[in-house]
Amino acid sequence: MDASAVRRIILEQSKRANVGHIGSALSVADIVWALYDRVLRISDPADPERDRFVMSKGHAVLALYAALHLRGWLSAEELNTYAADATLLGMHPEHRVAGIDFSTGSLGHGLSIGCGSALAARLSGSPRRTFVLLSDAECNEGSVWEAAMFAAHHRLGNLVAVIDMNGQQALGYTRDVLDLSSMADRWRAFGWDAQDVDGHDPDQIAGAIARSDRVEGLPRVLVAETVFGKGVPFMEGELRWHYLPISDEELAVALDAVSETAV
Amino acid sequence: MRRTFASTLAELAVDDERILLLTGDLGYMALEPFSDRFPRRFINVGVAEQNMVGMATGLAEAGFVPFCYSIATFASLRAYEMIRNGPIAHDLPVRIVGVGGGFEYGHNGLSHYPLEDVGLMRIQPGMTVIAPADFEQARAAVLATWDNPGPVYYRLGKDDTTKVAGLDGRFETERVQLIRPGSDVLLLTMGTAAIDGLGAAERLQEAGIEAAVAVVATLSPPPTDDLVRLMSGYPLAATVEAHYVNGGLGSLVAETIAEAGLSCRLLRCGVRTTPDGHSGSQGYLHGLHGISAEQVGTQIAAALS
Repeated sequence: MDASAVRRIILEQSKRANVGHIGSALSVADIVWALYDRVLRISDPADPERDRFVMSKGHAVLALYAALHLRGWLSAEELNTYAADATLLGMHPEHRVAGIDFSTGSLGHGLSIGCGSALAARLSGSPRRTFVLLSDAECNEGSVWEAAMFAAHHRLGNLVAVIDMNGQQALGYTRDVLDLSSMADRWRAFGWDAQDVDGHDPDQIAGAIARSDRVEGLPRVLVAETVFGKGVPFMEGELRWHYLPISDEELAVALDAVSETAV
Repeated sequence: MRRTFASTLAELAVDDERILLLTGDLGYMALEPFSDRFPRRFINVGVAEQNMVGMATGLAEAGFVPFCYSIATFASLRAYEMIRNGPIAHDLPVRIVGVGGGFEYGHNGLSHYPLEDVGLMRIQPGMTVIAPADFEQARAAVLATWDNPGPVYYRLGKDDTTKVAGLDGRFETERVQLIRPGSDVLLLTMGTAAIDGLGAAERLQEAGIEAAVAVVATLSPPPTDDLVRLMSGYPLAATVEAHYVNGGLGSLVAETIAEAGLSCRLLRCGVRTTPDGHSGSQGYLHGLHGISAEQVGTQIAAALS
């Protein structure tokens, strides 16, 4: 199985529910799948000693639902309630869903939660780790940098942030709204072990997290270069797919494209 | 109350390793009873209240009971969304400890006057809101509520020596403490405004008016039964608070009167305008905003005449 299964679920569920946020979910599909398939140590989502995952860019949650389903923690029946009435599977994560550690949705909150989670593990002497997925534009929020300073100062080496650098935000390209160039250098300046990775290469993502040459004790950030809408050519880099639902015709084309790119 | 809070928390921390104290770089000459004893469990997060509360959410999810300390404006207003989407949304035992209710930081200006914190916290379902009247009650309140399953907001005063006469350190959640009897009017006070309320009652007595005074230290969940029972016996109730009249104790009592269908009239003594930039001592500012003992007494006498 690979991230194309995640992408198929994103497309099919977005179609069934007739909702947007498709481009963002496709952008993080490989990152989320790399984490859930290869990185996160979770034998049971209720195990207090599991690794924690904070989906700070909550609007891409459909990729997370897909991963939870593929891991067997979210049934097809539950998945099919996405964005329906009376569901816990809304368009942002809800912690009452088994497998989701924290509710998010307001950008700039997740890295602080992650700092607390990582500090808790240290204080308890637990080997569990905390992973936080941020969007690039989320780094517009000042609170992200409050958390970045804390994590570096307290050498939270059990904390890993991944930034989805798709270069787009709600009203335009990040380079036009608030320039985020040299992102890895910015994090290094804040005291983090920063590494640029291809955000669509699960091997690179998992490898970067597992690498042994890192400076011990520093929090790590993967600056993951991604393409908004990745895997569906007519969505790639197109801002409107932050908002639009997908039509029947578009779905057929999109599913074909996703199947062709499957490894 | 600050030092009392820290020493009380230190006592509790001896027996419960879940207790942590986080501060947004404040608490000089206040938090040492805890920080000296538990340096590993005392975390100065820096001047970063949003991160402090966000972190507390992650800590509480993992089983800790983090207390987040700052001046009440910063603890409540700056971090408000993190409080709402963190401990409230996740129903976690995070404690927000806001110091200096109303005008206690008198010379420091509007940025340091929490005048809406109780209102903001009270409207969030699931948030317990505590505003003790003196340091002895603060200790009792912390002992009674520190281990609540959900979030708690404490609005603490700075004064660790002045006792509110008649209170004797009493505290019970969802209860009102009567501290002075009287049959003509009932004064309901919040926090250190209890002292202004008592002062007003003494002035009224000189004018032949017998004023009862009570302390409302639990603002949420509201002490509805006690409020209804108490107010049923009076033609007039007056709220006294160093807080905007909207949102705080005045609003709570108005809601209670309306919902219970009481005939009791209500006079709300509190802050009605945004402070205009003139600063001064706490006493000066209480006078400026109509909540000094003398002004409260005058307003009540006028309402009864």
